[in-house]
Amino acid sequence: MAEPLLRVEDLHKDFGSLMVLKGVDMTLDRGHKTAVIGPSGCGKSTMLRCINYMEVPSRGHVYLDGEPFGERLVDGKFVRMSEKELALQRAHVGMVFQGFYLWPHLNARDNVAIGPMKVRGMPKREAYELAEAMLEKVHMGHKVDEFPERLSGGQQQRVAIARALSQQPKLMLFDEPTSALDPELIGEVLNVIHELAVEGRSMVLVTHEIRFARDVADHVIFLHDGVIVEQGPPDDVIAHPEHERLRAFLRQIMDH
Amino acid sequence: MEGFASKLVDLGGPLLLGATTTIAITLSALALAVVLGLALALIRLFAIRPVTWAIAAYVEVFRNTPVLAQLFILYFGLPYLGPKLDPFTAAIIGLGLNGGAVLSEVFRAGLVAIHHGQREAALAAGMTPWMTLRYIILPQTWRITLPPLGNYAIALLKDTAVVSAIAAPEIMFWARNLVTSTFETTFVYILAALLYFCLSFPLARLVEQFERRQRAWQ
Amino acid sequence: MIADLQAFLAVYTEHWPDWGPQIYAAIWVTVELTVVSFLIAVSLGLVLAVGKLSRIAPLRYFCTGYIELARGIPALAILFLLYFGLVPLGIVFDAFTAGAVGLGMSAAGYIAEVFRAGIQAIHKGQREAALAVGMTPITTFRYIILPQAVRIILPPLLNMLILLLKDTSICSLISTEELMLRAKDLAMMSFLPMHLFVLAGVIYFLLAWPLSLLTRRVEVRLRQGLRRAPVA
Repeated sequence: MAEPLLRVEDLHKDFGSLMVLKGVDMTLDRGHKTAVIGPSGCGKSTMLRCINYMEVPSRGHVYLDGEPFGERLVDGKFVRMSEKELALQRAHVGMVFQGFYLWPHLNARDNVAIGPMKVRGMPKREAYELAEAMLEKVHMGHKVDEFPERLSGGQQQRVAIARALSQQPKLMLFDEPTSALDPELIGEVLNVIHELAVEGRSMVLVTHEIRFARDVADHVIFLHDGVIVEQGPPDDVIAHPEHERLRAFLRQIMDH
Repeated sequence: MEGFASKLVDLGGPLLLGATTTIAITLSALALAVVLGLALALIRLFAIRPVTWAIAAYVEVFRNTPVLAQLFILYFGLPYLGPKLDPFTAAIIGLGLNGGAVLSEVFRAGLVAIHHGQREAALAAGMTPWMTLRYIILPQTWRITLPPLGNYAIALLKDTAVVSAIAAPEIMFWARNLVTSTFETTFVYILAALLYFCLSFPLARLVEQFERRQRAWQ
Repeated sequence: MIADLQAFLAVYTEHWPDWGPQIYAAIWVTVELTVVSFLIAVSLGLVLAVGKLSRIAPLRYFCTGYIELARGIPALAILFLLYFGLVPLGIVFDAFTAGAVGLGMSAAGYIAEVFRAGIQAIHKGQREAALAVGMTPITTFRYIILPQAVRIILPPLLNMLILLLKDTSICSLISTEELMLRAKDLAMMSFLPMHLFVLAGVIYFLLAWPLSLLTRRVEVRLRQGLRRAPVA
């Protein structure tokens, strides 16, 4: 059996006395898409951020393509990687944030190109070509010279997606990409993500958009209070939820 | 250890005496600077062109020349035109005039920050300009200007060290005297530095409090 | 009154052959003193700011402590310590070095806070995005944080430069051969304090005022939001 692209093992995370993740296990095979749903504060974002080691797990490990993420095995013991090694690893994982976090002093093209240039040492012309291609892909090709302050929320998020894509990543992580957007702008971002999914990109998508999760994902995880309560194909989890908590959650969230 | 304690008392004593002068000069100059600065800021807001221009010139001159030069002119230069000031008075007037220039800009910014819409609303409500100033503008200006005012006070406290050059008997003056008579150079100057720090530290914390409360108020 | 003014100005023309070259030399020292102390203050200030924001606790405490001390002690006290106070310990600085280093160390405290405020003004999310893209903390600082922070930092930094220019006059009190000392010496020798200190004042003004105007223009331009930054 081939090694899964992503393997999360017994993931725990606490912030002082607050236990956010209490033992999460999941795997993701190449080309597959997992959606993570659940009430606020259940640990969805934290779990995502542990995957690319933006948060350091309190216990448990993350493996990308069989290699531990953020750590190295030295004589059978796990040792934290240096910042430089961690950075190189992170370059293989693209992350899209709820708040977009585009860099305001750079225009769209530079926002997308600076990663390849400075992280992978790509020459400027090549990086610009890549940037423009990625921006074209998210339908922002006509705005390459614009600065973030002149872009709508939906446009900014699409640029952020292009930025992540320019890393040519093995895995895409989406942290509630539409939660900060005005309703009429959500659609354009979801369309882009849908296109990426159809293309065969591996992704973990944390979202409140249940209908979208059902359309795009081939596996859905319901996280509640730091543990996975139910998981499975979207038709099972969303159309025929078993656990009462999940049913309550879906009822509440579909009711508007 | 005993030698250290007695040394501390022998040398600390005169320095503390100097500290009282330092505090006296700081407070007096601060009072002068605040009154002058506020007056200038208000006048500048309502006066005719030549007057505002004169005030602007005064501010530019005092803010772009060193305090030491201003003090020297006041203490060494003035006698040739007639009045001879004692060091203490010269220090207060010199620092006060300098501070007036600095604070007039602080108050001007504070007044302008509130000036427009609120003033109009007050006038529309039937208040006279004077009432507007007294009940609407100034109370708010105070809150805005408190942090920069506090920072100025700390700067003023440190500037008093310079008046030792015109023989005002504050900390630095006493420090130099002690060094000449006891040769405890290192000890005395470290002690003097620490003494200033003890005086400025509570002020700095107070300013921090002002800034925090101001951020919350916004 | 015009006659008085003419008499006043006549003194300058009379003494200029004598005073001129000395004043001119002293102005150069003042300028050098300003530039050197500014460079020291900026370098030290940057290090202190980064240190104060670091995760290593002892480094943080040290930098915070230094900044507090530098901001709470008069520059003059530091100058005296460096020039006189270290001699019994065997460390002897010449007046220029003591002046430049003393002013630099003092100003570093303020500049550190300016840098720190500038760095912290950048939203945390941008830093996260940079890390997620695979940048190291250093790369993040260099291409994302610093370019933006510079825009916030520039006006206060320029103000600091003007302040240092004025503070070089304090170095006269540890006998650094700059403008104020020269003016004082000439005043003592010629019994013309008013003329010389006014002259010194005018020269400082002519040096500082253009800088003040420049600072104001920079502030206005930055507020208008010109935030382009080259990437390469």
